[in-house]
Amino acid sequence: MSPLDSPALRAKQAGKRAGLQSGGQAGMRADLQLIADMIEPSSRVLDVGCGDGQLLHHLVERKSVTGRGLELSQEGVNAMVSNGLSVVQGDADTDLIDFPDRAFDYVVLSQTLQATRDPRFVLEQLVRIGRHAIVSFPNFGYWRIRLRLLFGGRMPVTESLPDRWFETPNIHLCTLLDFLELCRACDIVVERGLTLDKRGEAQSITGRPRANLFATDGLFLLRQG
Amino acid sequence: MSLLATSSHQERIEQLPGHRAVLARDRPLRLSSGADLSPVTVAYQTYGRLNAAKTNAVLVCHALTGDQFAADTHPVTGKAGWWSLMVGSGKVLDSDRLFIICANVLGGCLGTTGPADLNPETGEPWGLDFPVVTMTDMVEAQRLLLDHLGIDKLLAVIGGSMGGMQVLEWAAKYPERVGAAIPLATAPHHTAQNIAFHEIGRQAIMADPDWQGGAYFRSGKKPRRGLAVARMTAHVTYLSEPALHRKFGRRLQDRKGLSFGFDADFQVESYLRHQGKSFVDRFDANSYLYITRAMDYFDLAADYGGKLAAAFTESPVRFCVASFTSDWLFPTAEAKRVVHALNAAAADVSFVEIDSDKGHDAFLLNEPELHATLHGFLSAQCERNGIPTAPLAPIDDTEIGETEERVT
Repeated sequence: MSPLDSPALRAKQAGKRAGLQSGGQAGMRADLQLIADMIEPSSRVLDVGCGDGQLLHHLVERKSVTGRGLELSQEGVNAMVSNGLSVVQGDADTDLIDFPDRAFDYVVLSQTLQATRDPRFVLEQLVRIGRHAIVSFPNFGYWRIRLRLLFGGRMPVTESLPDRWFETPNIHLCTLLDFLELCRACDIVVERGLTLDKRGEAQSITGRPRANLFATDGLFLLRQG
Repeated sequence: MSLLATSSHQERIEQLPGHRAVLARDRPLRLSSGADLSPVTVAYQTYGRLNAAKTNAVLVCHALTGDQFAADTHPVTGKAGWWSLMVGSGKVLDSDRLFIICANVLGGCLGTTGPADLNPETGEPWGLDFPVVTMTDMVEAQRLLLDHLGIDKLLAVIGGSMGGMQVLEWAAKYPERVGAAIPLATAPHHTAQNIAFHEIGRQAIMADPDWQGGAYFRSGKKPRRGLAVARMTAHVTYLSEPALHRKFGRRLQDRKGLSFGFDADFQVESYLRHQGKSFVDRFDANSYLYITRAMDYFDLAADYGGKLAAAFTESPVRFCVASFTSDWLFPTAEAKRVVHALNAAAADVSFVEIDSDKGHDAFLLNEPELHATLHGFLSAQCERNGIPTAPLAPIDDTEIGETEERVT
C-alpha cells in the first residue's frame, strides 16, 4: 500500500475495475458508512456516480430509503438493475439538469466530484435537487501528496490515484480549503464536515489548516444557502 | 399450416383457442377519433393463475404483428409463441408465480375487434369503414378487459416496440393501476423515419389491385403481393446489418453464379420473399394499415401539452426502460427521451442499454443480459408486493434455435 493512499478513492476505483459486486455491507467503505450514518431513515436519496451500488443497496436494505442511482458505466448500471436497484445510465455533468428542485432529501456524490468537468455547476445542481447534499472527495492537500509534489516534482501517481496526469479521470483535484472556498462562493452552507485519515477514521473538521494537511479525504453535508 | 388458414375470417376466429370477452356492450368505447365502438370483443390468452388478492397480474403488450399467443403454439402457423423465451415456468415472466395476460390489440385480426370483423350495422366486414384507432384506444380496450377480469392493479405491464408504446400509455394514463412499467425497444413518439417506412408498407398494400379499396372480402382475393412487400420492408427495419450479414452475407441461393435476371439469386432475397409470403397467411392487410397508423399517430408528449415529463408527474410507477445498441428503428436516443422525462418528474426509473447486434428484434430473442436485468427488476417488484420469487431457469438450447427466426 502506498503511503499516499486515500482509502476511499482506492476502494471506489478498485470497485469500478472489478465490476459490480453489490451488497456486502459487512466491509462497507469507511466513507460510505459515514455517509449512510448522515442519512435519515425512509428518506429519498439520489446517489450520483453510484459505482457498484454498495451504498444504495445498504440504504435500501437497512434504512428503508427510496433510492435512485445515476452511473456512467452502462455495464455497472445493468448489473445494479438486475440486483433490484433503480439506476439509470447518465453523466453528472449533463444529466443533473433534468431533475426538478428538491426532488430528493439527499443527493450523494461520493468520490466523483474530482472527475466532473464542471465541479461548480455539479455542486450547485446537487444542492438544488436535494434538500441536502453529501459530497466526499480525496484531499489533494494531504501532506504526503504535498511531499511527493515538493520532492518528486511530479503529479503523484499512487495506488489510489493510479493514472498519470494525462490519462486520469480525476481532472479537478482540490484540497479541503479549495472546496470550502467554492462552497462559500456558491452560497452553499456546510452543515457538517468530516475528515478521514489514512486508516479511514473520521474526525470533525476543527482546525482547518491542520485538517487540510492530515486528512486523506473530506466528507461534507451541504445545503443551499 | 393449420386448417384455420383455409376458412373464412369469422370461422377462423370462432375456432381460435383461448378466451374472448365481449365488452362495451352497454356503454360504447369512445375512440380518440370521436367514433363510438360497441360491442368490442377482446381475444386474450393467460398463463399461470391469478392469486386470491389479484395482485400478481402482468399485462404483456404485443408488437405490430404480434398477437395474444405469446407463449403457446400459434394456431395458424403452428410455431412457438412470439415470447416463449420470456413467458413460462421459471422464465422472466414466471407462470408459476405470475398471472400473465396477453390480449390481441384493438384493430387486430386474431379475435379482437378489427377491420376484418363484421360491422354490426351492415353484416359485412368493416373494411375501411372501421374507425381509425390509436394507442390510447388499444389501451382502453385492455383496460375494459382488466375491469372485466376484476383486476384493479397490475403488478407490471411490459412490452416491446409498439407494445412499449402501450406500456408508456398505460403508465401515463392509469398510474394508479400499474405497479411497474417495462417499455422495451420503444419511443415516446413514432419518428418521421418510422412513419416513412410504414407509409411504404401501406402504399404497397394499397397499390395491389387485389386490395380493391379495402373491400377485398367481396371478391375473396386478398392483396397478397402488396402485404408481402409491406412485410419485407418492415422486416429489414427489424434487423441490423451485422445480423443480416452473419446470416446471409452475399451468399447465393441454390446456384453457383449470378442468373443475370431477377430471380432470388441471393439468400437474403429468398429469405425476405419467404417472410413476406408466410406473413400473408396469418395477417389481414387492412389490420396492417390500421395498426401502422396507430403507431404513426403515437406521440405521448402531445397529450400533455408537448411536455413529456408532464405525462409522468408524481408517478408512483417503477419504470425499467431498455434499449439495444444495434436497434436503428427505435434507437437508444429515443429510449433516453423517456428516461430524461422520467428523471425530470423524479420518477423511479431504471434504464439499461443492452449490447446486442441483433437489431430491433433483440427484445424477442435470447439476450441473457436483458433477461437477467428484467428478472432482477421484476423480482424486486414481486418482493415489494409479497409475491414469491425464484431464480431464473436456464433457457433450453432447442428453444433458442427455434427463435432465431422470430420477428414480430
